[in-house]
Amino acid sequence: MFAGFMINAWTVATIVAVIAGVVGFFVVLRGSAFPAHAIPNGAFAGAAGASLIGVNTLAGLGVFSVLAALAIGALGRRGRHDVVTALALVVMLALGALFLSQTTEYEPEIFSLLFGEILGVASNELLPVVVLGVVCLGAVVFLYRPLVLSSVVPEVGEARGVDNQRIEMAFLVVVALATAMTVPVVGALLIFSLMIGPPAAARSFTDRPPLAILLSVGIALATVWAAIALSFETDWPIGFFVGAMSAACYGLGRGWAAWRRNRAVPPESELGAVLVGA
Amino acid sequence: MRWVFEPGFFSSHPVHVAFVVGSIVAVVSAVVGVFTVMRGQSFAGHSLADVSTAGGSGAFLVGVNPLFGFVAGGVAGAGAMEMIGVHRARGRDLATGVVLGASIGLAALFLYLGTTRSATTGASQQILFGSIFSTTSSTLWIVALFSSLCLGIMATIHRPLLLSSVSTDIAAARGVSVRVVGLLYMFALALAVGLSSLAIGAILSTALLIGPPAIALRLTKRIGWTMVAACSTGVVATLLGVLLAYDSYYWSSSHAYWPVSFFIVVIIFAGYLCTELPLVRALTTSRTDTAMVSAAPAAVDP
Repeated sequence: MFAGFMINAWTVATIVAVIAGVVGFFVVLRGSAFPAHAIPNGAFAGAAGASLIGVNTLAGLGVFSVLAALAIGALGRRGRHDVVTALALVVMLALGALFLSQTTEYEPEIFSLLFGEILGVASNELLPVVVLGVVCLGAVVFLYRPLVLSSVVPEVGEARGVDNQRIEMAFLVVVALATAMTVPVVGALLIFSLMIGPPAAARSFTDRPPLAILLSVGIALATVWAAIALSFETDWPIGFFVGAMSAACYGLGRGWAAWRRNRAVPPESELGAVLVGA
Repeated sequence: MRWVFEPGFFSSHPVHVAFVVGSIVAVVSAVVGVFTVMRGQSFAGHSLADVSTAGGSGAFLVGVNPLFGFVAGGVAGAGAMEMIGVHRARGRDLATGVVLGASIGLAALFLYLGTTRSATTGASQQILFGSIFSTTSSTLWIVALFSSLCLGIMATIHRPLLLSSVSTDIAAARGVSVRVVGLLYMFALALAVGLSSLAIGAILSTALLIGPPAIALRLTKRIGWTMVAACSTGVVATLLGVLLAYDSYYWSSSHAYWPVSFFIVVIIFAGYLCTELPLVRALTTSRTDTAMVSAAPAAVDP
């Protein structure tokens, strides 16, 4: 399981889990699950187009996903962008269908774009993932305060001079970068599941953002490591294990939150009574 | 006319079937989609196509007719989304995402097991890019059957559904069981999406579900007119797309058809962008924005 050819898989999975854990926390906080699904899924059109005109597919993926992020951010109004996201997604998919109809070379790679081929990662594919990962994490650190403010209390953010629209754009571009470069390696499915399940679970366990981010990264790492090990043992697709375990994480988090809410009612009301009494 | 309709257009059997199937699916999608857009459930509407795919590939694996797997998968997914669904839109999208991730994972597993056992590939591709031209006359009956089932559900619940889509509080105060209506609506959505993604592919399914209703809701706020506008936009886009795809064979010397989905999606997206134009918005927003809200309570009055 830890043979030479597996080292790359472990490395890339670890990097991806860290990126997904951090970026995913904000995806969950802002309710941006749809864009996080649509951008990497639609970006495959960029790869198809790039292969059609003979350019590097990574460049095609990057350009398409950033364009999609900008379009969603620009056309969406007042935080409601589900219609625009759906339309951007189908436009990109339709372009992909057009590109594919004009070429016969690319088709077998669709499956790997959607489901990934993490067990066959080449060493030269690692560098772009590392670079993009560092860029994304840097952007999140740089944007941290306005991002948290505009996600939790947009009105307060506005009052403090945070341009919510601009933050939304910047965040969508971060999502685009985080997903685009990882899609050829781990697949659109895996990165999406990792961005939703572990952060959602982490948020159920704690309300403090820094702690939740750490926890989210930890759960994502545990998920992806267990998925690789299980996939290696059973030969089943890794995406299945990541998808199933992410859903299980979410279920556990919801269960924990419900249990705690039931237990926490008496002490909380006592505290309330004390405060009111004081 | 010869420049518009290339030779053989009206006598081609696949074109006839595409016209009929495309129109039925466009109408059903538009009727269901108006509520999808109003309720902010576009993500669920899109995801159900992928969720149905998981059911379809599972049925394929155990040797059942994939159509039943499609419908069963979609309905089960819709139920799961609605059951764990939270009332706020953010939480709802999250629940949708979790169901979506889990079911694509299942689809990956089913496709893997299916391809290693029986060496059939291309199933996922066919579903994702499934073409309106590959529909056969026999699927026409199934399409008609499930369409009428879906429209039947919509006709039954349209009043409480409209009210609870506009305001859950008013609906609850008037004795509407918001959760039951929501669940029934999700079943109708699952039927519509499963049906359309099987008949015309997942891309077009989402495009016809969201695009025409989004355009219609920009143009008018009255529910009747919204329905009419959405249905006609969807049908016109579909028929125009079929025509252009047929004509595209003669456009280049290589004689390859361009995909129908490309044309339909481009037409719909162009239409949506047009509603962003200042002129269109000035014409449409001058009318009362509250028309639907004030009409809705009246609609459920005995």
